Amino acid sequence: MSTARRPSGRSRQWTSDRLLVWTLRGCGVLTGAVVALIAVFLVVESFGALSGVGLLRFFSDPSWHPSAGAAEGTFNLVPMLLGTLLTAAGAVLVATPLGLFSALFCRVYAPTAVARPYRRLIELLAGIPSVVYGFWGLVVLVPLIARFRPPGASLLAGVLILALMILPTIALAADAALSGVPRRYLRGAAALGLGRWATLSGVALPAARSGIATGVILAAGRALGETMAVLMVCGNVVEMPASVFDPVRTLTANIALEMAYAVGDHRSALFVSGLFLLVLVSGLVLAAESIERRKVVG
Amino acid sequence: MVDHEMWGSTPARGRTDRLVAAVVWLAATVVTAVFLWILADLLRHGAGQISWTFLTAAPASAGRAGGIGPILVSTAWILAVCLAVALPLGLGTAVLLAELTSAEDAFGRLVRRSLDVLAGVPSIVFGLFGNALFCVYLGLGFSILSGGLTLACMVLPILIRSAEEGLRAVPDEYRLGGAALGLSRGKILLHLLLPAAVPGLIVGVVLGFGRAIAETAALIFTSGYVDRMPGSVHDSGRALSIHIYDLGVNIPGGETNAYATALVLVAILLLTNTAASLLGDRLRGRHAES
Repeated sequence: MSTARRPSGRSRQWTSDRLLVWTLRGCGVLTGAVVALIAVFLVVESFGALSGVGLLRFFSDPSWHPSAGAAEGTFNLVPMLLGTLLTAAGAVLVATPLGLFSALFCRVYAPTAVARPYRRLIELLAGIPSVVYGFWGLVVLVPLIARFRPPGASLLAGVLILALMILPTIALAADAALSGVPRRYLRGAAALGLGRWATLSGVALPAARSGIATGVILAAGRALGETMAVLMVCGNVVEMPASVFDPVRTLTANIALEMAYAVGDHRSALFVSGLFLLVLVSGLVLAAESIERRKVVG
Repeated sequence: MVDHEMWGSTPARGRTDRLVAAVVWLAATVVTAVFLWILADLLRHGAGQISWTFLTAAPASAGRAGGIGPILVSTAWILAVCLAVALPLGLGTAVLLAELTSAEDAFGRLVRRSLDVLAGVPSIVFGLFGNALFCVYLGLGFSILSGGLTLACMVLPILIRSAEEGLRAVPDEYRLGGAALGLSRGKILLHLLLPAAVPGLIVGVVLGFGRAIAETAALIFTSGYVDRMPGSVHDSGRALSIHIYDLGVNIPGGETNAYATALVLVAILLLTNTAASLLGDRLRGRHAES
């Protein structure tokens, strides 16, 4: 940061400048407060269920039938929590190698004439709306899976669509991380007479490790929070899946499905699941940031 | 971007190198094929449907027939509300972060950290928040205003990051030169820094626009489902993305029009992205020449 950015003593005389600075600070406070406001509203709206039902019953109740209210209703969120974790974990498992290979393709293996359009394609893939992915999954992928193993709308469909959606995040992060590997590392590897894969696996990928990890964590956050695509292809049955061909319902899909008619403790319980999601995803974002900060530049 | 001077020198040796190369090419081929598959499906089933009538007519028979006129208008209104709120707020914050706070400033760090978290908040959580704050607490109900305001919260991080980068890319000589001429900070900002930062600002607006127009989950419980032509921002209005969801999931026989609507949405996104990158390149080029 250079000294030129700091307010000089002379410029403070101008009232218009002081007004400008305070207006800008006001903007900063407002935008910074949005996250806090979201957290406060989720906590306040969750309060009814958290005090009336109690946190424990979200894990120990026999089933999810929340509309009868705190006394008679049951509030087991575990199948939905599991649905969210399974779809996200599966998507990360599928997308990480594909994303990593895509980045290697762009930066190392493809000739320039192919690498440039491929990178553009990855960027376009990142820009396709989730509802379009969901719709395509619903009309193409689900019937395809149903041909082998009905009903088709399943954990597998969710994993595949989500993997496609988070692949660009991983690929672009890995690409940026690889481009940041110092040239002298590569020259050193070349001087040692290492082959291409030996250079990649022994030198370039370890050096790009933290950037790639950050990308994977952010992609996992995106997969956990995704709503429309999983809502449209996962079948939304509240049960523990026995195989990848069974339908699941995620926390996000549950909110989208039931928010329209939920009242009282039911509505409040949906805000509790929203709060779970917020805590989960914020934890991932902060973890990604701490990796980024710890990164030692070689 | 591709490092061939560097990577070209690493020789492919032995079986492992050939195997890895084959796997990498295969992965890239699979990704490309799936992308083309989706695009081809959208074109094949949607393109025949699109006409001037489709773009302007009202939906009929719950969307199976008719067009998407009112839905385009509602989408435009929601985006207008979103950008009208997010642009000044985001620009102000970007200027604050880029020009008035240093890297070690605690307030700046706090704002940055909270924006990073905000960027990761799932869209359905924005929907819950928007419903609780705008629809219920502020009494705006299911309306274009509620939807637009919810989206404004959502696009702030993208907008601010690009605008901040644009401002940071402006050389320090501009600030020093302005200060040497005795200009006030406001004048330096308005006449020197912001014009020079225009490419970054445009990229930010386009990315924010793209995120907003693609959004569905945050709008279901804020701007609502009503597919009539909106009379004012207090009416409920159905966005393009929600129309696709509704036709695909709730309306048997709605697939054809859902394909056509999805094609319109993707086309808008591709056009704005391409226009922005072309415009960004040109402005950057002009900036470099001068």
